[in-house]
Amino acid sequence: MTVTIEARFLIKRDDFTLDADFTVPAQGISAIFGASGCGKTTLLRAIAGLEQPARGYLKIAGEVWQDGERFLPPHQRPLGYVFQEASLFPHLSVLGNLKYGYKRLPPEARRVDFDQAVTLLGIAPLLARRPEGLSGGERQRVAIARALLTSPRLLLMDEPLAALDRQSKTEILPFLERLHEELSIPVLYVSHAPDEVARLADQLVLLEQGRVRASGPIGEMLTRVDLPLAHGDEAEAIVEATVAEHDEAFHLAHLEFPGGRFTVARKDLPLGQPVRLRLLARDVSLSLERHEGTSILNIFPAKVETLADENPAQLMVRLDAGGVPILSRITRKSATILALEPGKPVYVQVKTVALLG
Amino acid sequence: MLDESDLAALWITLRLAGLTVVILLLLGTPLAWWLSKTQRRFKAVVEAVVALPLVLPPTVLGFYLLVALGPNGPVGGLMMTLGGEPLAFTFAGLVIGSVFYSLPFVVQPLQGAFAAIGRRPMEVAATLGASPLDRFFTVAVPLARPGFLTATVLGFAHTVGEFGVVLMIGGNIPGETQVLSIAIYDHVEALEYGHAHWLAGGLLLLFFLLLLAVYVLNRRFKVV
Repeated sequence: MTVTIEARFLIKRDDFTLDADFTVPAQGISAIFGASGCGKTTLLRAIAGLEQPARGYLKIAGEVWQDGERFLPPHQRPLGYVFQEASLFPHLSVLGNLKYGYKRLPPEARRVDFDQAVTLLGIAPLLARRPEGLSGGERQRVAIARALLTSPRLLLMDEPLAALDRQSKTEILPFLERLHEELSIPVLYVSHAPDEVARLADQLVLLEQGRVRASGPIGEMLTRVDLPLAHGDEAEAIVEATVAEHDEAFHLAHLEFPGGRFTVARKDLPLGQPVRLRLLARDVSLSLERHEGTSILNIFPAKVETLADENPAQLMVRLDAGGVPILSRITRKSATILALEPGKPVYVQVKTVALLG
Repeated sequence: MLDESDLAALWITLRLAGLTVVILLLLGTPLAWWLSKTQRRFKAVVEAVVALPLVLPPTVLGFYLLVALGPNGPVGGLMMTLGGEPLAFTFAGLVIGSVFYSLPFVVQPLQGAFAAIGRRPMEVAATLGASPLDRFFTVAVPLARPGFLTATVLGFAHTVGEFGVVLMIGGNIPGETQVLSIAIYDHVEALEYGHAHWLAGGLLLLFFLLLLAVYVLNRRFKVV
């Protein structure tokens, strides 16, 4: 039996109804994704118990936090909440902010070590400072550490990067990735930024006008042609690979995934390191034979799964490369020439691969 | 210089103002908190009642208090049946009157300060495991500190300066219910301008220093 987060909420307002129901594994980062005003924040607040009256059901890793009879108040829910604005207490120092939740936890319940959290987020030099003297990025890192130090069984993050400038964003993203790798705390991550989701999320819950349209593993969700995510210029697939080999002579790295291998310009990645790759559908082309005389290095076999209309001129093709879904956007004319249909074996040529993180 | 009855009046005034402020902070803080949070329609009624002493002539408030606290009034009568004294013309009566009279000067700054905090800090504290009472004392009170300072000083100063209400319900009993403002009035009536100058000048200086302290401290709170 897998450990899950199960949430069902019904919140009715004058101008808005949230009627959300989803289940995701209680591990890794699950993104709650949708346009502004679709109810992402309301859903997160309901999970935290901050939204009342909320009719709902919430079960986290086997424990019911809320149902028809029970309503665990927010301060009794073992969760951490990172708001869009860092919301540090202005009357306390950074250390005072970090200790606020930490000291309210009985010592035997502290599973996140104080020094570990401080090191993880790189805030050791800030401890004596006051919040108003910090940059936006520093504040948000303190806020994340403060939430972690409550040893939460679930971490809720409400667009933690949205209020930050580009530089602060790139400063924080690596910390979020380390968090993901080093701590086994499940995260619900609200976002409307596809690049953040592609980089961080393992699972995706797609919210539309207060309802859950679909949810599932990120690679699957991004390539489902029945969903809006798999359409448009930014349609993309995500591939998890590992660093298999270094090519010293040409300064390249070979990355293996179940459907084949990618060759990318070398970054200093150790062998065996897992990496996440992004393949934009518009950068993926198809052919019936393996071409030899081409500058494209990344070619591997795949099978056509589905074809979906993109616009009068183009189609979106979903392919299966060794069990990994990939998208390719091609013209209707090419599809006709290649006689593409579900089940047909093809060769996938990838012009550009982006290493995420 | 000040004679013995002046010093007695000063002492009574300070005790009265101090006690009134303590009582008002104890009663006014929960009231101000409730007013700053509630969405109920009833809130407007409570706000109007709290603000009433701001606009009501002190003699009107004093008159009703006199009636209520006197031997035939509901409160005074209750005291009599319990074997006590009616409260009119006593120090306790003055305290009750002052609490009503200075209520808005304590509740309104607190309400404003609580409202200015907003929902977010309290929600953050909740998600960090603080119970409602815990987060009230560790987040709301420290963040409303300027409001508490203003409320304390205004409540104190306003009680020291009251005249009409005290005259109506306290009479003017030297050593018991004679406060400074009435002592000054008596000195002027008796053409003892020297005495009046000492008392009036002393109060002027005291209040200037008090207000100065408030503004200096409130500025520091903002910076810190």
